[in-house]
Amino acid sequence: MTENGHDRPMVEAVGIHKSFGSTEVLRGVDLTVRPGEVACVIGPSGSGKSTFLRCINHLESIDAGTMTVDGELIGYRRRGDKLHELRESEVARQRRDIGMVFQRFNLFPHMTALENVMEAPCTVRRRSKKEAREAAVGLLDRVGLGNRRDNYPTQLSGGQQQRVAIARALAMEPRLMLFDEPTSALDPELVGEVLDVMRGLARDGMTMIVVTHEMGFAREVADSLVFMDEGRILEAGAPREVLANPQHERTQAFLSKVL
Amino acid sequence: MAAPTDDTTADGTGPTSGSAPAPTPIKAVPVRHPGRWVAIAVLAVLAAMLVNTILTNDGFRWDVVGRYLFSGPVLNGLSNTLILTVLSMLIGIVGGIALAIMRLSPNPVLSYVAALYIWLFRGTPLIAQLLFWNFLAALYPRLSLGIPFGPEFVSFDTNQLINQFTACLLGLGLNEAAYMAEIVRGGLQSVDHGQSEAAGALGMSRGQALRRIVLPQAMRVIIPPTGNETISMLKTTSLVVVIGYFELMTSVQRIYSVNFQTIPLLIVAAIWYLALTSVLSIGQGFVERRYGRGVHRGPTGARLLPRRKTAGAT
Repeated sequence: MTENGHDRPMVEAVGIHKSFGSTEVLRGVDLTVRPGEVACVIGPSGSGKSTFLRCINHLESIDAGTMTVDGELIGYRRRGDKLHELRESEVARQRRDIGMVFQRFNLFPHMTALENVMEAPCTVRRRSKKEAREAAVGLLDRVGLGNRRDNYPTQLSGGQQQRVAIARALAMEPRLMLFDEPTSALDPELVGEVLDVMRGLARDGMTMIVVTHEMGFAREVADSLVFMDEGRILEAGAPREVLANPQHERTQAFLSKVL
Repeated sequence: MAAPTDDTTADGTGPTSGSAPAPTPIKAVPVRHPGRWVAIAVLAVLAAMLVNTILTNDGFRWDVVGRYLFSGPVLNGLSNTLILTVLSMLIGIVGGIALAIMRLSPNPVLSYVAALYIWLFRGTPLIAQLLFWNFLAALYPRLSLGIPFGPEFVSFDTNQLINQFTACLLGLGLNEAAYMAEIVRGGLQSVDHGQSEAAGALGMSRGQALRRIVLPQAMRVIIPPTGNETISMLKTTSLVVVIGYFELMTSVQRIYSVNFQTIPLLIVAAIWYLALTSVLSIGQGFVERRYGRGVHRGPTGARLLPRRKTAGAT
């Protein structure tokens, strides 16, 4: 496990609350993820796991609690005892270091695979075309799509699209990767190729938070497994422990349905 | 991670060409379409009648058409039509994009101001707007630059600042902006929200996401109605006659009001309008293909040379 000098957590969520209108989606979520750690979040649909993930890079703002990534408060600045909302450009700067992979890929359809991967380094990090291109070619090779770089997303299978999406996120050289059900929109036979790429990332020491339904992946790759239900974390621990010997009755009920 | 490739099927040869015996092709009597032949016969007769009357009816006066098609006044009018169309569409498109972005802005003041503008300019007749700009001097004899409610730096005579030509541009352009705003808004809203979210997650600002991700995709939806607007504008410019300016239609009317060759001169105008419309349609085709990248499935080669091969496939 890589350490960033001092033993600072990569993600530290404390008492996160979030409501949409009158619906309370998150009711006090606490989670700490250390650098190099892979945390899998499981739970029934509507349990708030995707919303929680989206709070980490401020795609959703939080109503209460504090979200810290690599020691930096997300979305706000503390001045004295007051919190100030960050400006749009400052939020954008924080997001540069946090990669995100979506359930529905969200590749840019008007760009080729290579252009998708080059886009953010060029427009956000102001890399030169040549430099960004070299990096993008390397990343596409790394996700096994070196021969697909000139294809548009519609010409790729779901699994290939998701791998391009992972390469696109990696192009920003993030310190943290968030995966929002990355294999849920895939045909069963395409799930493996995406999980393979993620497994490789984990092996290389990337800090990852993965919302998933792939229990096999969680058991094999995750350092910690978190079970969420109704906006709370009900159980957390080593994946083998939680999966084999769930303590909470709702964890038991959920696992009996999916395993 | 070997991926199954589409490439093998792209050239038409399937994987079946190996051991299995070739399938027997179906031999069947094709469905007859007698209705088609009836339709063709009827249309052929009508077409023959049309050609016949065009050639034999002296009222068309093709000699007059030929004489005026490239005459000075007609070409002058034509050039005014072109200049007015291009410039007012330019104002309309730029203004429309700005208004659409304002309309979708999270800032409620901007959004309401844009809505008010669109309501006002779509809700009043274009003729009234043209006349308004032309007679602005009656309302404000002098226009000046300065600090609001404070000192003025420079001041102009309104009639000198806004001549007939600028009144035409203001009238046509500002009116068009209102319509274009709704077209652009529709285009922007047609792009999946996940796109701006993905751009945001990569650290792009809203402006960058709009310019690089959302707008290029919205263009696909924006272009066809914009082509409509441009072709419509070509003919709407004839309204400038109400403030004494002239373009193609006005020139033609002036000529036939003197020589009474109404039909031939209307044909002259029609030929020019059709020519311009054809050029615009072709141009629209090119722009559409430019922004249609990545939309249709197809072999890689065709996608990389969208201008040549995919033309027929779309």
